[in-house]
Amino acid sequence: MAIFIDLLLNALVIGILLGGFYAALSIGLSITFGLLDVVNIAHPTMLVLGAFIAFLLNSTWGIDPILAGIISTPFFFILGWLIYQVYYNVFEKSGAESLRGLAFFFGLLFIIEVGLIIQFGVDHRLVEAPYIGQSWNIIVGQEIDVAIPFRLLVAFVVAAIATLAIHAYLTKTFFGRAVRAVAQDMMALRLMGVDPIRVKRIAFALGVATAGIGGALMIIVLPIEPSLGRLYLGNVFAIVVLGGLGSISGTLLAAVIIGIAESIVATFFGPSWAPAVSFGILLAVLAFRPEGLFGKTAGAH
Amino acid sequence: MTRILTNRVRVWLLAGLFAASVVLSGSFATTAQAQNKDPIKVGFSMALSGALAGGGQQSLVAIQLWAEDMNKKGGLLGRQVELVFYDDQTNPKNVPGIYSKLLDVDKVDLIVSGYGTNLIAPAMPIAIDREMVFMGLFGMNANAKWEYENYFSILPAGPDPAVGFSEVWFQAVEEKFKPKTIAFIAADAEFAQNLKEGAVRNAEAMGMEIVYEQNYNPKTADFTPILRAANAKKPDAIYIASYPNGSAGLVRALAEVGTDAKAVGGGMVGLQFAGLMAGLGPMLNGIANYDFFVPEPTMNLYPGASDLIDRYQAKVKAENLKVDALGYYLVPWAYANLDILGQAVEAVGSLDQEAIGKYIRDNEFTSVVGKIKFGKNGEWERPRTLVVQYQGIKNNDLQQFATPGTRKILLPADISTGDLQEFNALRK
Amino acid sequence: MKYKFEIICMLLIVGLFVLTQVVGNQFYFFIGFVILQYMVMATAWNILGGYGGYVNFGSAGFLATGAYTAVALINFLDIGLVEQMIAGGIMAGALGLATGYLTLRLRGVYFAIATLALAIILETVVAHWDYVGGAAGTSILPKRKPELFGELIVDRKAGIFANYKEYLFFLMGTVAIISVWVARYIENSKLGRGLNAIKDSEEAAECMGVPTLRLKLIATTISGAMMGVAGAPLASYLTFIDPLSAFNLEYAINAIAMPMIGGTISWAGPVIGALLLGTAQQVSSLWIQSELNLLIVGVVLVVFVIIAPEGIIGWFRKSRQGSGR
Repeated sequence: MAIFIDLLLNALVIGILLGGFYAALSIGLSITFGLLDVVNIAHPTMLVLGAFIAFLLNSTWGIDPILAGIISTPFFFILGWLIYQVYYNVFEKSGAESLRGLAFFFGLLFIIEVGLIIQFGVDHRLVEAPYIGQSWNIIVGQEIDVAIPFRLLVAFVVAAIATLAIHAYLTKTFFGRAVRAVAQDMMALRLMGVDPIRVKRIAFALGVATAGIGGALMIIVLPIEPSLGRLYLGNVFAIVVLGGLGSISGTLLAAVIIGIAESIVATFFGPSWAPAVSFGILLAVLAFRPEGLFGKTAGAH
Repeated sequence: MTRILTNRVRVWLLAGLFAASVVLSGSFATTAQAQNKDPIKVGFSMALSGALAGGGQQSLVAIQLWAEDMNKKGGLLGRQVELVFYDDQTNPKNVPGIYSKLLDVDKVDLIVSGYGTNLIAPAMPIAIDREMVFMGLFGMNANAKWEYENYFSILPAGPDPAVGFSEVWFQAVEEKFKPKTIAFIAADAEFAQNLKEGAVRNAEAMGMEIVYEQNYNPKTADFTPILRAANAKKPDAIYIASYPNGSAGLVRALAEVGTDAKAVGGGMVGLQFAGLMAGLGPMLNGIANYDFFVPEPTMNLYPGASDLIDRYQAKVKAENLKVDALGYYLVPWAYANLDILGQAVEAVGSLDQEAIGKYIRDNEFTSVVGKIKFGKNGEWERPRTLVVQYQGIKNNDLQQFATPGTRKILLPADISTGDLQEFNALRK
Repeated sequence: MKYKFEIICMLLIVGLFVLTQVVGNQFYFFIGFVILQYMVMATAWNILGGYGGYVNFGSAGFLATGAYTAVALINFLDIGLVEQMIAGGIMAGALGLATGYLTLRLRGVYFAIATLALAIILETVVAHWDYVGGAAGTSILPKRKPELFGELIVDRKAGIFANYKEYLFFLMGTVAIISVWVARYIENSKLGRGLNAIKDSEEAAECMGVPTLRLKLIATTISGAMMGVAGAPLASYLTFIDPLSAFNLEYAINAIAMPMIGGTISWAGPVIGALLLGTAQQVSSLWIQSELNLLIVGVVLVVFVIIAPEGIIGWFRKSRQGSGR
């Protein structure tokens, strides 16, 4: 029995830490898809791109991965800015069918993933850092030993800082509120003298910019390889949909829920079932409560 | 411009494009009658990228050394040897296409396998269908399902490879610790599953109780949950059957989580690759694993192998090749693989696959890895697997793995250079 | 001529058969099979995506359903290829129906994400299913001497086809022609018009009384079933199957790229897309590595989506409008 509690506690703790990490991965999508209604399915692959950039900087110049993530953030911001320019001018402005927009992002996903394979190969890559590979053990009583791996702890802390910062930005600053407003009522925004397109563009760029730090956290937590983007697609979308479109705090809560669910399944049933968990939750949410926990109704448009 | 590009013109343009591409692909497939002095083509797929590249790359160099040697001696049957190979990227899906290309487009005369069970299995049906002799490099029980008589395996694991492979590990562990309980962690892949089944048989024969048995998806990145779950059952020993990704991942998980088991290791592929050894460094201490050739002073089983390895290492250095710098794991065997085929072809005097197959079945060969006789299903008649333990690794320097001391041979007893110690005793 | 199209189809089928008797090099059939398989996938995708506007990202999932149904049946019953294909189609069709029912009441984008989720869940489940090989995969040796009404289908000397590659090529070619016929039939039928209405504006269609959910479900089922039929022979073709091959990314991308590049408006688009893109990929795989191949597909897709939304067919139509003055 003690063994079971030990395993359960470990699974819970890791689940919460994992949840923080997942929140960092999903917040970008929460902005671009949740607030701006742009289905950037290439987002997880952009995270992987960020992870590889962190790997490159770390293995070539020994730069700490988190620092590498910060360095690459402006690059991703510009990338997002450019992508939105193309997206808006080609698709949204002309009111093209959503099929083309989706195909566009799918093509992007594909190009990034295959590009990574060509450049780096399909092998798993890691970074070296002093906080990777060790854990902090908390002993409770005789039988219970909760091990907190440093890499997850570091990821959690950084993720928490990043997501809280973004949350604050979106709720406290004028521009941040403009971003949330543009989702609800573009016309009203125009009447207030704000160019909604500019707001959307910068918001989208912000969402993509999170791929820099998010990717760095990714490679700290686990070894990465190019196809990971598609694997994480389920997680990230599940989190955003479960949290509810348009709600950042919903995203954060959903991330922790999914982190815990995956961790428990991995511990008691084997890690290879983990992707099925998040995708399964996603399907269930879509089938039974598409508006998620805190979102507005997402019925047929 | 639009005026010229009428609909009709566009249709013809497209049709022309299409026809051109068909013709182009056809030009690769034209038959060229093999003249007597044309080169003999040997075709194979090889893992030059992907998880097994560490082994595939060194195998390729070894095979190229063989081709060079043959051509220096005047070739095979008086004809120069030409190698035709493609990168299978450690992806079994690519293998059937590659062998189809080799046989139908490149029109190779002989085929051998790539490296590794997972890459040999998909090629078997094609070899069987075309009735060609097929030499398998390090395939674990690849022929058990087909019982194809013209398949021959270069794997020193003996007639029942799955059991023979792990037998010595169990002997060493049983002698020293007499473990009562054992945990199994294995990749969900052809090789690892075959190996695990054999290992399970060994464990049961020794009366051990299996307290944990878990397969993991080869794509798994984080092994700490598995290790934790295994540790929860408090096993005396942990047997791992893994491919390079998993081997590295589990070594790291061991470093992070630790274990109370006395013996850990067994069938971890990849720990023999120079790059991985150097990368993991001291995290390897205490792991007892299988091996075939290590630079210990007693390693005189294979007189020809040392020379070959020296030549290999020299070639790698001279040409600055980005491959395994040491080559202990595969080079002698990949060379022997082709060497035996070549000897058989010369003896038979032609490319008649039936005759070649019969010759290999009926004869004993002398090669750089000693005398080899093939038995049932093309496996070796006698097993020659080693069990070694990583000891005294100080840092991530590759050189320490090229000198004696870091991998102590535990068994076979007649070449043993060290004693099996408890896993945790060797971890600081 | 009322049945001109049907007669051409019959002639093509005969033509395929003649090819198998006349052409000797197996490699042609090897790559021909792949191109024809893509043609079916592209056509199937287009029924739901091109006509109806609902994007399916998980085409590989349906294809793999067909493939693994076939494998399970080979292990269990040792039945012939045609039976496998029918079974594969039924399973994949059922899968399409289920997916549709779960998600088609929502916006199109949710359906797309759901299809992606489905593909990954299926892959995980299959990887744990040891009966069909699990993550390690399994080798298949096709039936040694299959028979149909007493005639040997495949045998080097006495069979209708000299080897399995020819048989597979012929079967897949026949399926491709049938699929295209089905697509054309749908395109000109009430179902097709209803789907187009849904694509233009689902709300308007509903207001006009179009039974949108029912039509979408029909389309998803047919589309899925076709992909399942295309997937069933995969195991016999590769003589080896594992989750990585069956659920491969290239099926997902090509199933979308081919119709979009060829043109989603009509049945001809996927055909053109498959022929051009498929041949190009197979030919270039002889020279360049397969990743570069796929990269080019991705780039071409993005380029086409941006500048040529109507695909190659659109290119033709524009010219017809331009020069016909």
